[in-house]
Amino acid sequence: MERIDLAKTSLRELNQFLHHEIRNKKIKHVEVVNPDGAHSIAAGVDAPVKIEVRGHTGYYCAGMNKQAEIIVHGNAGPGVAENMMSGLVHVKGFASVSAGASGHGGTLVIDGDASLRCGISMKGIDIVVGGDVGNFSAFMAQAGTLVVCGDAGDHLGDSLYEAVIYVRGKVKSFGADAREEPMTKADEKKLGELLERAGLKYKPKEFKRIASAKSLYNWNADANQEY
Amino acid sequence: MTHRRIQKEESHTFDRTVIDYIQRAAATGLYEIRGLGSKRKVPHFDDLVFLAGSITRYPLEGYREKCTTKTLLGTRYAKKPIELDIPITIAGMSFGSLSANVKEALGRAATECGTSTTTGDGGMTPEERRSSKTLVYQCLPSRYGFNPDDLRKANAIEVVVGQGAKPGGGGMLLGQKVNKRVAGMRTLPEGVDQRSACRHPDWTGPDDLTIKIKELREITDWEVPIYAKVGATRTFHDVKLCVHAGADVVVVDGMQGGTAATQTVFIEHIGIPTLAAVRLAVDALEDMNMKGKVQLIVSGGIRTGADAAKALAMGADAVSVGQGILFALGCNNETYLQQGEHHSAIADYDSLGTAPGYCHHCHTGLCPVGITTQDEMLEQRLTPEVGAKHVKNYLKTMNMELTTIARACGKSDVHHLEREDLVALTVEAAAMARIPLAGTHWIPGHSG
Repeated sequence: MERIDLAKTSLRELNQFLHHEIRNKKIKHVEVVNPDGAHSIAAGVDAPVKIEVRGHTGYYCAGMNKQAEIIVHGNAGPGVAENMMSGLVHVKGFASVSAGASGHGGTLVIDGDASLRCGISMKGIDIVVGGDVGNFSAFMAQAGTLVVCGDAGDHLGDSLYEAVIYVRGKVKSFGADAREEPMTKADEKKLGELLERAGLKYKPKEFKRIASAKSLYNWNADANQEY
Repeated sequence: MTHRRIQKEESHTFDRTVIDYIQRAAATGLYEIRGLGSKRKVPHFDDLVFLAGSITRYPLEGYREKCTTKTLLGTRYAKKPIELDIPITIAGMSFGSLSANVKEALGRAATECGTSTTTGDGGMTPEERRSSKTLVYQCLPSRYGFNPDDLRKANAIEVVVGQGAKPGGGGMLLGQKVNKRVAGMRTLPEGVDQRSACRHPDWTGPDDLTIKIKELREITDWEVPIYAKVGATRTFHDVKLCVHAGADVVVVDGMQGGTAATQTVFIEHIGIPTLAAVRLAVDALEDMNMKGKVQLIVSGGIRTGADAAKALAMGADAVSVGQGILFALGCNNETYLQQGEHHSAIADYDSLGTAPGYCHHCHTGLCPVGITTQDEMLEQRLTPEVGAKHVKNYLKTMNMELTTIARACGKSDVHHLEREDLVALTVEAAAMARIPLAGTHWIPGHSG
């Protein structure tokens, strides 16, 4: 295992190491200490490597991740795992705004709460939040799954496309075109797998399914701009 | 035979265009969505002219003496700045709004002319990457098709904050243009109206933009330049904030800039003219002592080599052309060229309720000349070969015009053109561009 101390190594050196040297040297496990809220830690990694960050991270930790398993032993700042393509990002603490924004694939697990706009514009990523999510979560979410084990704030799933949301707690309000739908066996199976992947013991039957009513998929003059 | 007089006093407030608008609104209950750019007359580069050499200035011989057009972009932080042969680039237009053939044609033409082309909303197509030597990859609010592999294939990255045709508004691609390939690239079902958000999903203000730009640099190992593009509104402050955020290049797109589909009310009533914007942008760079360190690209209604020369003289480092490229490809032409023969497109214009010279129906996907379409039959009306040839000729002509003007002004490098070479023909243009009114030393609001 390689250990990199961000108190002694620059962020640029860390990321260059993660982009190039771990492949050349076939390193499989990296530990990053003293992150101290630095931005863009482990952004743009594209290798099957396990990266453990010991502490809190700033913006865009694990941004655009491909293949890597990145574990944050702390809280994550805005845009954690933004535009992730594949792999796993696990935040052991809380996550700030826009967690998993526009993620195309992979899995993001947040043990604590996630703030506003969690899963905004998501495009295939699976996000499991152990706690609550803030307002406008899954805004314009196109594909993928958002699992909320706690409560959801206002305007959940506003302007949803094909993404599906499962919420165990209360939903303060739905966004435009989002609605509750009956859970199917397929939903329970998929949800069960995601909860297991996140190491959570909740039962799928405790959740409700929220998806798009698809009434705004095409321009509708009578919608009075309720998009 | 008695002559019956018909009174023809048209109202300025309620002219035929306004009457047509009101009656259309009354009939449909919908605002109009259309393509292309602003149609209203606004102060523009036509309102400026050059003071060429005579006795006070020494001109260069028009055809013999060298006039350099080499253009460097992204010299601030990037390890690999962009080096172009000409300062005229191709603006971002998406695959989705344009056919794959057109995107390929733009790449080929740009490569042959030694300039860059730009992706657009919807991601990078392999054809476009293959055909473009220098390709700018846009990072847009929608993030449709945005991925780290294409990011690393790009020669520059452009963070799009806004567009001149619709600053503050998102984009849209109506369902009729969303075929299987377009839908797949954008991760949405076929036939759905695709809304591009007006704000980025993971940052909200200038301080966030600073961090976002740094993230993109980290992912690309600080190799390629990062541009920030804004629609022209509060341009002085926006340009300053882009510079502060760490952009290598700032792109300012004036209100005459085009779009594939936007509400007419946006196109005509939001944003400021390019002429006003370029001066404000240059003021911002000069105020920060960043002129020459951060490059400025100006777009929005750039049509000719004269427009390019005037923008450069005003302080731009390069210009970007969008609609002009579409017209070079044959947009609004009466005919299209297929298998070496010209065919009339009049009936297709007619079925859209329009005619050549008036068409702005890019949003319908039924482009009569095969440019702004995803229809399998219509897109065959423009092949990459024909498109590339016409765009190359257009860019070449513009560049020849640009150098001709520069030589006449005594410049051996087009980047040596300066504001002192210009005068304004109208009070409005003089005030906006802060260039003296021709025949006077008067700059409205600043002198005299």
